[in-house]
Amino acid sequence: MYKLRDKYAIAGIGTTDYTKFSGRTVRSLATEACLKAIEDAGLSVADIDGIVSFNFNDSAPAMGVATEMGIENAGYAVDYAAGGNGANLITLAAAAAIEAGLAKNVVCFRAMNGRSGFRLGGGRDLSAYGVTQYTAPLGWITYPQAMAMWARRHMIDYGTTEEHWAEIATTFRANAVINERAMQRTPMTKDDYYNSRFIVDPFRMYDICLESDGACAVVITSAEQARDLRHKPVYIMGGAYGGGPTQGDDLFDAIRWPSHSHNCFKYLADDLWGSAGIGPQDVDVAEIYDCFTYSVLMALEGLGFCKDGEGGPFVMDGRIARDGALPVNTHGGLLSEAYIHGFNHVIEAVEQLRGVSGARQIEGAEIALTTAGAMTCGSAMILRN
Amino acid sequence: MQQTAYNKPLPVPDPESTPFWDGMREHRLMLQRVASTGEHLFPPVTFSPGSLEKPEWVQASGKGTVFSWIVVRHPVPRDIYADEVPYIVALVALDEGCRMTGNIVDCAPEDIRAGMPVEIVFNQVTPEITLPAFRPVEG
Repeated sequence: MYKLRDKYAIAGIGTTDYTKFSGRTVRSLATEACLKAIEDAGLSVADIDGIVSFNFNDSAPAMGVATEMGIENAGYAVDYAAGGNGANLITLAAAAAIEAGLAKNVVCFRAMNGRSGFRLGGGRDLSAYGVTQYTAPLGWITYPQAMAMWARRHMIDYGTTEEHWAEIATTFRANAVINERAMQRTPMTKDDYYNSRFIVDPFRMYDICLESDGACAVVITSAEQARDLRHKPVYIMGGAYGGGPTQGDDLFDAIRWPSHSHNCFKYLADDLWGSAGIGPQDVDVAEIYDCFTYSVLMALEGLGFCKDGEGGPFVMDGRIARDGALPVNTHGGLLSEAYIHGFNHVIEAVEQLRGVSGARQIEGAEIALTTAGAMTCGSAMILRN
Repeated sequence: MQQTAYNKPLPVPDPESTPFWDGMREHRLMLQRVASTGEHLFPPVTFSPGSLEKPEWVQASGKGTVFSWIVVRHPVPRDIYADEVPYIVALVALDEGCRMTGNIVDCAPEDIRAGMPVEIVFNQVTPEITLPAFRPVEG
């Protein structure tokens, strides 16, 4: 269990624009976000001695970004091979590195040309190695196709319907409409959702997240130092990383997963809440990894906001809207803000806890949840101001 | 002679999977079984879970039920699958106790149901490679 409750904080945040075509190298996106995060913290590049990122061989190496930024001694430069599960893992790893004396101030980033460059949701090599030899040759190739298999099983087990997913998609879009960073700011009605075409049944187009070019970065430092910096610190209360048995080689390797009606969050929930010393009822705002509408349900159920199978009814009637009991994805999420692989959720949580989210601010937000991942492996954090 | 190039992804058999693909080509569903526990395994592995015991290969019944399925309606990559959609991919719960992947054939997308009994079909796509598919059978 993560043992560093409130000892480390997010002191700075930075983002690039989120676009469909950056026209730039991924490294330059990373560098821009990192330099902005350092500036935002009130630090200088000379203060940074650690840099951590995660990628699917679709980004710039941490060492390369450190070089472009002009970091004199990037003593702790680490790239995690991770997908959507990585966004909170790297911030926890940064805190752990500082605790261990490996660095003092660590910048964490995720950068990608996820639309104009390497498209995670796109096709694959025509030679299917490893576990993909049992999937890709069947035409089971893309992430939406992978997740739709889970979603169907949740419908079978619990009677979850497209009405629940429509509520999620339209709620997040309503948040994106008032978010100047969001890529999708056109209002979406339930009819718009139902009229969007089926991509892979049971998923329609609006069940599926965006693809984006862009980068996000945060600066992690000790709570003590954060209190002397520019902004009100956002403390890392707790966190967890992991999943259950048979996590597999990759996201298609869930053939042996115990039940496709729950995901990693069921397994890491106790560590998450235990590390923070709070429970789901204490969360003011939740930024939940939403690569698909359906994945929100599995996080809500797995983390104990509702019982297994009750995620669908839970999200209805405005409960997850900005003025609801549990505001979720106040920025619009991966579905409507941008797909920076969940790191944009961390940015949003920090802004909410700083109280600078403008029109989308949740009044009095003191504790935020961020999650990352949607299948057999994930990470989550509890942040507070 | 008249064979046109097969343009969809093909499995690359490896030391773990070669017996499975050899079986497919010979129209036999080969699965691994842990001798000490009787547990069947898919996908193939080198070692039985949690031990250095090597599972044995056995011929499976090829029967099972539909665990979950998707209907692909938007082709990706488009140039390869444009003429194939809609097509069905399923996870099948085999009678032997493990799940495996396969396309569902001889069944309209609207007719497929969870728990529907199916049996294996051998879908030869090249001289070397036969892919697993399943079709409905009477319960």
